[in-house]
Amino acid sequence: MTSKEEWPLLEVKNLHASISTTKGNIIPVNSISYSIKPGEIVALVGESGSGKSVSALSIMRLNAPEIKYKSGSVINYKGKNLLELKEKEMRRLRGNEISMIFQDPMFSLNPVHRIGKQIAETVKLHRKVTPKEAKDIVLDLLKKVGIPDPERRMSNYPHQLSGGMRQRVMIAMALACQPTLLIADEPTTALDVTIQAQILTLIRNLQEETGISVLLITHDLGVVAEIADRVLVMYCGKIVEEGTVDELFENPLHPYTKGLMASVPELSEHSKRRLETIPGSVPNPLELPKGCNFCDRCPYASEECGEKEPVLTKASAESDRQVACWYPLGKKGEINHYAKTSNFS
Amino acid sequence: MQKPLISLKNVKKYFPVGSGLFGKRDRWVKAVDGVSLDIYPGETVGLVGESGCGKSTIGRMVVGLTNPTEGEIYFEDIKLTDYRSKKKLGKNLQMIFQDPYSSLNPRMTIADIIQEPLVLHKIGTKKERRKRVDELLERVGLASHYGGRYPNQFSGGQRQRIGIARALVLEPKLIVCDEPVSALDVSIQAQILNLLKEIQEDMGLSYLFIAHGIQAIKHISDKVAVMYLGKMAEFAKTEELFNNPRHPYTKALLSAVPEPDPKLRNRERILLKGDLPSPSNPPMGCRFHTRCPMAMEKCKEMEPRLLSTSEQSMTACLLYKDKIAT
Repeated sequence: MTSKEEWPLLEVKNLHASISTTKGNIIPVNSISYSIKPGEIVALVGESGSGKSVSALSIMRLNAPEIKYKSGSVINYKGKNLLELKEKEMRRLRGNEISMIFQDPMFSLNPVHRIGKQIAETVKLHRKVTPKEAKDIVLDLLKKVGIPDPERRMSNYPHQLSGGMRQRVMIAMALACQPTLLIADEPTTALDVTIQAQILTLIRNLQEETGISVLLITHDLGVVAEIADRVLVMYCGKIVEEGTVDELFENPLHPYTKGLMASVPELSEHSKRRLETIPGSVPNPLELPKGCNFCDRCPYASEECGEKEPVLTKASAESDRQVACWYPLGKKGEINHYAKTSNFS
Repeated sequence: MQKPLISLKNVKKYFPVGSGLFGKRDRWVKAVDGVSLDIYPGETVGLVGESGCGKSTIGRMVVGLTNPTEGEIYFEDIKLTDYRSKKKLGKNLQMIFQDPYSSLNPRMTIADIIQEPLVLHKIGTKKERRKRVDELLERVGLASHYGGRYPNQFSGGQRQRIGIARALVLEPKLIVCDEPVSALDVSIQAQILNLLKEIQEDMGLSYLFIAHGIQAIKHISDKVAVMYLGKMAEFAKTEELFNNPRHPYTKALLSAVPEPDPKLRNRERILLKGDLPSPSNPPMGCRFHTRCPMAMEKCKEMEPRLLSTSEQSMTACLLYKDKIAT
């Protein structure tokens, strides 16, 4: 934490979001903390209902008003707590310094405006430019995101573009004001594989060119391995494991992470083994198991796991890896009883 | 020699787009444009391709939900086109759908959903049907007392199990699985794939497994057909296809799949240029030539035929010559 480079661009501390329903409180995000450094691609991985989208939307303050933040929740962006900003100040940041792309580009683009105009709108809103300058900026952006024949495409409506093109337009719009943080919520889930590969390469290249930080939300471990620098694994509203992409895939510490990896059939393997599975399904958010939320699906769970909740702690002295488990897995994927004793003390 | 269970012979399906004067149909989307395919008893044929390649349309034609515009489908040598044959053979052909939320009637109990096919085909007494439902619920990994509940009380994975039970109730010989796992969470997908495999081993039925997820296709299929814009690009034994892909599209498709291993990040990849052309106006000649990295001058004019490139594979590409002279 000495050089300026090491300063986190975004720091989330104890973010706790809840929704009260007639049946009780649902906590989509339960006291999570993480940070994003400048120029880093951080992936937030989890299954449906793990709270990954809610935690990302909190940064943009775009969550539904039903979602309440507990006092003490902090999202620091360049030293300012976003959760305490006035709406007017927030609007200055949104799309200008922090921008977002969504899963389905069809629903995020306005169907009755030409795409050139939609991109120009963002530019005009945040910067003082003449219409001519705005047009040049838009042309430049469309070229940058690899849209062929941008002059003609500018005057197209969203329905005239394919899914991959639309996602490129969304990316162009998100980059229009040279933001420092891009939040990408499942940016390739709705796309075909060959188009997905194009978009991932585009995001990676743009990141290298502009040095932007990216928070990538996905459920696809393949996408994570392809593009991320660091990974946060979420389960039931909590971060259960954190590490660099190499460490995490080499040696998953949390049984949930390992289970997720084992349940994806690999292309490079030959045997037609039975897939390893995680038994059961994601628990109902109203009836979360006591203790560790994963305990009733975990093959290594003991009685203690059902009583005491593990907290995210450093897994080793040398690295920044963190895991929330009483029995983190060892190098060969076995339970590390050694670690258990130190964790309890 | 073994006879195919189901056999598609040069099947085509065209959908009209808009209409001209006096409702005259003049433009067509060629969703499926001349596909021949045999599925043998007890095997799984995977159908893979990107959106708009016609894979779901093939599935729907096989179970008789739509009729082919041209070409024939045979089930054990009986032509499957008219109403009478469909009614008689229909119970041998069942389907599992992609979305487990919209494919179950929310107002019916699970037991009613599963036994509905039996009721329609007038099989068994009430008691026998009920017994069969209980058996099936247990077969797909749900408790038999769940029969009285409604679909909204189940998670996506459980609903997909109910859909499988419904497909099994008539003891079909072929099940068309149309993207059965793509709407499910990763950890649930593996459970469903394992279940489908177990059922196949127990009952010896065949699957036509349609998916865009290549990992799932590889895991479950014996043979794989790769489709591109309504045509088959390559058809091969699974191992042959993955070890030795021949068609440039298959190669690109395989290399586009993100591998869950960061060490493979810098592997050499074939990145296709551009988008899928619209199926209503497919390119002349080879349909893939607009995006193909190996395209030659003649690809723009000549349409390649599906030829045997080895004993275990067929490819429709002008780069290859017929290896096995017919």
